[in-house]
Amino acid sequence: MTGSFDLKNTLIGYVLVVQEFTFLCSRAIAGLFRPPWYVREMVLQIDRIGVGSLFIVVLTGMFTGMVLALQGAVQLEPYGASMYVSRLISTSVVRELGPVLAALMIAGRVGSGIASEIASMQVTEQIDALRAEGTDPIQKLVTTRLVACLLMIPVLTIIANGIAIFGGWLVARLYLGIDSYFYWTWAFEAIRQRDIVLGLVKPTVFGFIIAMVGCYAGFYTKGGTVGVGVSTTQSMVSSSILILASDFLLTKLFMAFP
Amino acid sequence: MIVLEGVRLTLGDRQVLEGISFQVQPGETKVILGGSGSGKTTILRLILGLFRPDRGSIRVAGEEITVLREQDLAQIRQNMAMVFQGAALFDSLTVRENVGYRLWEQGRLSDEVIEQKVRESLQFVGLEDAIDKMPADLSGGMRKRVGIARALASGAKLLLYDEPTAGLDPINGFTICHLILRLKTKGVTQVVVTHDLDIAFRVADRIVMIQDGRIIFEGTPEELGGSQDPAIRGFLDPSCLPPEAREAWSSRDAG
Ligand SMILES: Nc1ncnc2c1ncn2[C@@H]1O[C@H](COP(=O)(O)OP(=O)(O)O)[C@@H](O)[C@H]1O
Ligand SMILES: [Mg+2]
Repeated sequence: MTGSFDLKNTLIGYVLVVQEFTFLCSRAIAGLFRPPWYVREMVLQIDRIGVGSLFIVVLTGMFTGMVLALQGAVQLEPYGASMYVSRLISTSVVRELGPVLAALMIAGRVGSGIASEIASMQVTEQIDALRAEGTDPIQKLVTTRLVACLLMIPVLTIIANGIAIFGGWLVARLYLGIDSYFYWTWAFEAIRQRDIVLGLVKPTVFGFIIAMVGCYAGFYTKGGTVGVGVSTTQSMVSSSILILASDFLLTKLFMAFP
Repeated sequence: MIVLEGVRLTLGDRQVLEGISFQVQPGETKVILGGSGSGKTTILRLILGLFRPDRGSIRVAGEEITVLREQDLAQIRQNMAMVFQGAALFDSLTVRENVGYRLWEQGRLSDEVIEQKVRESLQFVGLEDAIDKMPADLSGGMRKRVGIARALASGAKLLLYDEPTAGLDPINGFTICHLILRLKTKGVTQVVVTHDLDIAFRVADRIVMIQDGRIIFEGTPEELGGSQDPAIRGFLDPSCLPPEAREAWSSRDAG
């Protein structure tokens, strides 16, 4: 008996979360189309999210490319094709690994940062204070962060991609003895137009997820300072899973259109 | 200035307020007195339009605010300012930016005029020297005073205070009390929410007492002091209650 009750309440809980999340997203997007635009806040967020994440994104790209070169060469060796390793690196990085790994790293750093900042503003009544001062807190806090993520995460992903292919070249050059000209020619030759489109659509979607999940977790925080920690963890877990799931869906969707 | 009539509010599955009716006259200082969790903060949120009541009417300066959209509420809120319990200063802004926040957002006044008003407000609460500090560098009492300065600088004619002396030592508490009394002589309308009898009797023109989301008393401080109602006597002087009831009171008042 209690079991069925729990199930019912759990389902209602999920529906409620989806409802609140949709509401927050629509309000954040609506905030784009009317003044004020909080340019100062937006520039600040672009700086924090973009410049602040540069270092981890570069490191992520570098090691991904290097390890791909090592593993790829091993896989291609039996076919005597290890000099084509750059093909494998550039396509897998641009289509999948660059966007996904960069987004996961940024979700850990930026998404949880957004969640904890907004959550602590919520529990210390700063959000209420904003409303009392006549400011729409969703427009001021969420819209600005959403814009910053939508702009910066694709840029960071492109940087991660470039660094990964560069890292692969380092390994190819130093350990595999592959000719540089050959490496770079095949690296670019292999990338098709649809890879570039997919490689830009994905980080845009991931940027939306990171910003909105972080803001949602922060805004709907309950239960004082303990709630801040809960929201921060929650946002990281949720956005990571949503990133991986939407990556699969986007890849599948793109394959449906040859 | 403020009229509440038959206000009821349910949050989650808990009925927080029921049958709340009272008025605040212009220039009056009204104290809302009650134990923790009795619904005092919630009343202030209703007046600010941060919550909507399930039923009943709330009029501020003649306008029914329960039916307004968020954008129109923002307009009404320009006439009010709230001093939050923990001051709720914006962490990322300096004291100057906090105090002048509303004026800068409105963008109607020049920077010099705003700076002037910010300094005047900080002077009133005795904190001119803190103008360039960050909120994190201030003590609890100073934060509260900056909160009051922020409310003053906004030029609002109606000030709402949530537990202005809670968590402060007696000297800081006295300073806040004194500020409220000085504003009273300037004709500002004030609503002070507190569980602290001392400040209630010091500043109130009239007192509304609530318990478990219902009004149990409304009148002058003298009338409250002379009341023979056992629930009221119990709050004013828990020591006159029988021991079992005293225990019930203290557990209710905890936190
Ligand atoms: N956002 C909320 N959701 C659910 N319950 C709430 C909320 N805010 C306050 N309450 C409940 O309403 C009651 C009154 O709260 P509050 O007005 O903060 O009391 P007070 O300020 O008198 O201490 C408390 O029991 C509290 O648990
Ligand atoms: Mg309270």
